[in-house]
Amino acid sequence: MSDNYEPSSAIGKWFDKRLPLLTLFAGHVLPYPTPKNLNYWWTFGGILTFCLVTQIVTGLVLAMHYVADAEQAFTSVEHIMRDVNFGWMLRYIHANGASMMFMAVYIHMARSLFYGSYKEPRELIWIIGVFIFLLMIATAFMGYVLPWGQMSFWAATVITNLFSAIPLVGESITNWLWGGYSVGSPLLTRFFTLHYLMPFLIFALVILHVWALHVPGNNNPEGIDVVQGSQDTVPFHPHYVVKDGLALVVFLVIFAGFVFFVPNLLGHTDNYIQANPLQTPEHIVPEWYFLPFYAILRAVPDKLGGVILMVSSIAILAFLPWLDTSKVRSAKYRPLYKQFFWLFIADVILLGYLGAQSADGLFLIISRIATAYYFIHFLVLMPLLGFVEKTKPLPKSISEPVLSKEEREAQVAGST
Amino acid sequence: MKKFIINIILTILFFSYVHAAEEMNEPLHPDWSFEGPLGKFERASLQRGYQVYTEVCAGCHSMDLLSYRNLVEEGGPEFSKDQAKAMAAMFETKGSPNEEGEITMRPAILSDHFVSPWENEQQARAANGGAYPPDLSVIVKAREGGADYIYSLLIGYEDAPSEMSLDDGVYYNIYAKGNKIAMPQPLYEDGVEYTDGTVATPEQMAHDVTMFLTWAAEPKLEARKRIGFKVISYLIILSFLLYFTNRRIWKDTH
Repeated sequence: MSDNYEPSSAIGKWFDKRLPLLTLFAGHVLPYPTPKNLNYWWTFGGILTFCLVTQIVTGLVLAMHYVADAEQAFTSVEHIMRDVNFGWMLRYIHANGASMMFMAVYIHMARSLFYGSYKEPRELIWIIGVFIFLLMIATAFMGYVLPWGQMSFWAATVITNLFSAIPLVGESITNWLWGGYSVGSPLLTRFFTLHYLMPFLIFALVILHVWALHVPGNNNPEGIDVVQGSQDTVPFHPHYVVKDGLALVVFLVIFAGFVFFVPNLLGHTDNYIQANPLQTPEHIVPEWYFLPFYAILRAVPDKLGGVILMVSSIAILAFLPWLDTSKVRSAKYRPLYKQFFWLFIADVILLGYLGAQSADGLFLIISRIATAYYFIHFLVLMPLLGFVEKTKPLPKSISEPVLSKEEREAQVAGST
Repeated sequence: MKKFIINIILTILFFSYVHAAEEMNEPLHPDWSFEGPLGKFERASLQRGYQVYTEVCAGCHSMDLLSYRNLVEEGGPEFSKDQAKAMAAMFETKGSPNEEGEITMRPAILSDHFVSPWENEQQARAANGGAYPPDLSVIVKAREGGADYIYSLLIGYEDAPSEMSLDDGVYYNIYAKGNKIAMPQPLYEDGVEYTDGTVATPEQMAHDVTMFLTWAAEPKLEARKRIGFKVISYLIILSFLLYFTNRRIWKDTH
């Protein structure tokens, strides 16, 4: 980090003295020392920032043409698809963009779980991240309601009805949310307002997330601290600007594949039928990225219990830095945790599959087992592993495991 | 452990497969010109499809989201402007109030939406034994199976098996859910007379009208695929450039 950065131009000097933006970027952000061993799993932070900005920009233009009214919403979306210049592209980017963003955020979170990025001293980065994830869920859900198709309407009905499970005041809260006695225009209008607001809150949290990250610096695949002033780090620019850029472009190829060739693959056909309060669809299913949580919700026979469990399944993430008792960060050096990590991923995918099935018979039984395992992973396995696991010896520095076999042997020979 | 998980997943997949299989027949899958990364509609088929829609389907089904001007637009049936004007003029729609404040009927023009056969849903239901013929504007995107399903349904009428008793206003169709449908068989041999001399078999008419409905649901399909091809080509080239730049930058870091 070069704190002695000085703008070269006269205007730059004048400006920087009054508002040190240039010092922030050229003096801190660009040369920000980054561990040199970050792999491609670390590129999803940048990808997510790109996704967020894309959603905001396309959403802004869509909002110029969309009408948040129960009578007109569906037709206004079709108006965007048919009559607005490149409206179809904007809408498909926005709709698939949500899916792509969740795909990226799940990889980003899994990376953090695998390499222990949530552990001391990075707890706050992780907790801010959990809040970003919560806001993303709320934003995506409300966005899905806006086209006012059958799935929009019935998803809104199912989810807002969950609040009626709260004892005593549940009914009043639900009516207050609806702004009436059923799901209709008032709810749609407020969902639109909130859907517009929340991405900016996410953006603010992202700034805090990155700020908090820049205090201790990045974790890395070895999970060990960088040795200050060593060969362990490289400047963020150009090394990671270009590496993240490459990953982003590859990601965009997949993104574009969805948008231009199978734009409706991830959606539900019923959402091209205008909302009809008198006709319930056969199966009400949420978007794919909510399926694991939906499975947890339905695994419990009691409505209130289901809601509590579903909320807990996300809230529990915020406590992870303290539930995990192991001193070693990276799963690379935790042979037992590594296996349980993959088992946990399999469990979440299984829950996602179950969320798309009808909740009865064999499916229900497996949902319950998978839900129980989800919580056992966090509440039992994570605290226990720190005590029983025999971890592998950590390298002394990032540079050490990079050395070739001969170099290492030479080192060992030299030290004995 | 891994084997155990894979076994569980396979078992579940098997059960869900059995679950789905008993519901209805798999739709037919004809070759659609609009499939594939560079797919396009067949212009002549779209034009014939419009004819089938107006002469057969439009008796009961509206297409509210389409306007007559769409028939002229690029990537659609691409009728000439005069043709489309004449087609629109065959329908009557409500004009604006005259000097006495009375609403009179006038011939439709290019900017009008397709004229609906019904005043409202109640009228449509009353005329169809309580069943509501759905609007067809986005029907291809609103049904599982899309174009394949619509095509199959249109030619899936057969005599009901003797052990099955059907209520009045319910018809037997091997591709409908539960093999029952409220729509009577719409397409018969020579149901329309094609102006371009194509023989109007039920399969041909079903093919043409399904192509037309697919365009109606996704009018920008051709532009979308064309642009998508360019975008992806551009991104792939860019990724190669970045790959080599990246290698160069990291060359000296070990």
